[in-house]
Amino acid sequence: MSSPEQWAHPEPGDATAATAAKPTPEQVIAGLRATTEGGADLTQLLTPEGERIASPIFDPYVADVDAEALRELYRDMVLVRRADREANAMQRQGQLGIWVPLLGQEAAQIGSGRALRPTDMAFPSYREHGVGYARGVDFRELLGIFRCSDQGGWDFKEHGFHPYTIVIGNQVLNACGYAMGQKFEGKVGNTDGQGNPSETDEATIVYFGDGATSQGDVHEGFVWAAVYDAPLVFFCQNNQWAISEPTERQSRLPLYQRARGYGFPGIRVDGNDVLGCLAVTRWALEVCRNGNGPVLIEAFTYRMDAHTTTDDPTRYRLSDELEAWKLKDPIERVRVHLTRNGGADAAFFAEVDAASDAFAAELRDYCFNMPDPTPERIFANVYAEPSPVLDAQRDEFLAYLEGFDGAEEAGSEAPGVVKAGER
Amino acid sequence: MAAPTRSTVNGSAGHSENPSTVQTLTIGKAINLGLRTAMESDDKVIVLGEDVGKLGGVFRITDGLQKDFGEQRVLDTPLAESGIIGTAVGLAVRGFRPVCEIQFEGFIFPGFDQIVSQLAKLHYRTQGKIKVPVVIRVPFGGGIGAVEHHSESPESLFAHVAGLKVVSCSNPVDAYWMIQQAIDCDDPVLFFEPKKLYHMGTLKAPVDTTVTPTPLFQSRLLREGTAATLVGYGPSVKVCLDAANAAAEEGTELAVIDLRSLSPLDLTPVFESVRRTGRLITVSEAQSESSLAAEIATRVQQECFYSLEAPVLRVTGFDTPYPPAKLEEYYLPDLDRVLHAVDRSLAW
Repeated sequence: MSSPEQWAHPEPGDATAATAAKPTPEQVIAGLRATTEGGADLTQLLTPEGERIASPIFDPYVADVDAEALRELYRDMVLVRRADREANAMQRQGQLGIWVPLLGQEAAQIGSGRALRPTDMAFPSYREHGVGYARGVDFRELLGIFRCSDQGGWDFKEHGFHPYTIVIGNQVLNACGYAMGQKFEGKVGNTDGQGNPSETDEATIVYFGDGATSQGDVHEGFVWAAVYDAPLVFFCQNNQWAISEPTERQSRLPLYQRARGYGFPGIRVDGNDVLGCLAVTRWALEVCRNGNGPVLIEAFTYRMDAHTTTDDPTRYRLSDELEAWKLKDPIERVRVHLTRNGGADAAFFAEVDAASDAFAAELRDYCFNMPDPTPERIFANVYAEPSPVLDAQRDEFLAYLEGFDGAEEAGSEAPGVVKAGER
Repeated sequence: MAAPTRSTVNGSAGHSENPSTVQTLTIGKAINLGLRTAMESDDKVIVLGEDVGKLGGVFRITDGLQKDFGEQRVLDTPLAESGIIGTAVGLAVRGFRPVCEIQFEGFIFPGFDQIVSQLAKLHYRTQGKIKVPVVIRVPFGGGIGAVEHHSESPESLFAHVAGLKVVSCSNPVDAYWMIQQAIDCDDPVLFFEPKKLYHMGTLKAPVDTTVTPTPLFQSRLLREGTAATLVGYGPSVKVCLDAANAAAEEGTELAVIDLRSLSPLDLTPVFESVRRTGRLITVSEAQSESSLAAEIATRVQQECFYSLEAPVLRVTGFDTPYPPAKLEEYYLPDLDRVLHAVDRSLAW
């Protein structure tokens, strides 16, 4: 495999040197291999075949993960996948306006999400349903966003889980500011009486995708976190696709290597390996909490479903690719590992399946019965302080709506009025 | 000098005759003192921007603050406006009250996305669970003989965004109080500062730090008049007052109103004045099309339709980009253009 240095630094005067627009065939192959295999620097603790690989660096970070803990990670992933599939189906049935599937990214989200302490803060983009679940957010609370009933209503402080951010990359700077605040408040780099790192130190993690790495806000976030030593873990889920654009459209360089240019560590972890994601994220959070500044994690994973329910991946990628990634499924490898090593029996897997079906049924019931917001909601909480102007607009509009009541009862529309809002 | 408490800023303190609480200041020095006072009274208030530390800002508005409050409360930031706003949002979520300085209004646009997409909407998105009390200080307006992007008046763009509050000061007393009130406000506030007037000695005024200030989002009648009403804000208030003085010498009494708050608009004093004068001229350096001046005209015709003796006229910059500064004297509303509009209104 050619090294990134070779791609980026053609020899002076070498007229045949490749450019981003026109790579050599060898570079194309190298790039494809890097995309599908994760490259030589991929950190992995659990192979797709369920084999545990020893890692002197990262094993200590998951020394506490016994069979029981692994079963819980398995359960988390199965529940989250089941909920994701149910939500996807409910969109198809017209119960949700849109759904943003996480299928295939369960390990990246549960592994990293479970690495956080309650006092840490997570800033998601809009696909982090698994992280939200790991942070204790009721999965049902995510549905309102996609049913378009609300815009996210969980208790952000209690769960340490910021609202979803839909504008690509914005949350990276917001997370950076939050992390700077943690540092300014003296919440990093402390020790207890014995000289061990303090249990009350904090860090922030921010989630974004491979596409977001092209956004200015992400680059600015890298710069800011670096110069202020902000305790911020940049968690990039490289799921290979930004809607229809492959990672190659975002970068010449493997994404984790970008960190070097900003002056902090970058690491690529197998994003389909829940144990690897847990270990690497715990390590990165420790680096941050100890006051060493930011870390970039590239979780190398795959978006097994569409970008959203409005997307049609058959227009831009081959089904072969999906089939190849199915062999690296994040859940299956844990199941195989547990089975082979006697960490779980058939009864356990059956119980988790039943629990996930029950979980899905609850979601379904909740979603179908979710009340629509009332028109007052339009005008509520635009400002923290009272707004007489908006109060007046609201009152005028509600009075206008009331004018329809009589007309409805009489079975006809109010004369001269076709639609609300046409005034 | 004792630091005023929050209740002072909110206007509940009593009046004091103690002359030691009165300082004669320019607008620039008054903002500086207001910032200092806010930082003394609340250690969650932090200042961030480009060159705001050692240099004290390119206009010296933050002069001395880093020396006294340290590098963790007065941050010389990387040169990235989206970063300034975006991290301020995160700091506010954490519980800080960040005051951002944008060096010149023409450089705010890299941060426009964060302002519109996050700062303005987080409170609404979360239905009040997250407050983002961020102040963005923006030196604005022309008349300083500068190159491109240093003389613009983009305030209408921000007044158009739901979730933001937009204010502009025109004199040292307001500058001192309004910056503190903006910091105290739980909503995000765009604070537009008339850069041309920052250090103008003739505008120096005694600032009594113990009086009860006018609430932040109220406009103020500066001068009674009978012939016509002039409305301005920021740098155009001085133009309006100069015009009113000149007209008075010829026996024409013009009312002058300083809007102070651009969003929300407090137009009650404007309506009251127009009901007396029947004529309104809005004065602003911004372009006229789809502007605050247009909004004011709309509201006045809604509220004062039967009182109007003439159409509402706008004296503004032209609907062009800001021109090369050798031409700015033509572009900027001045006393003559305002009086010309008054003549047209009176002759209607």
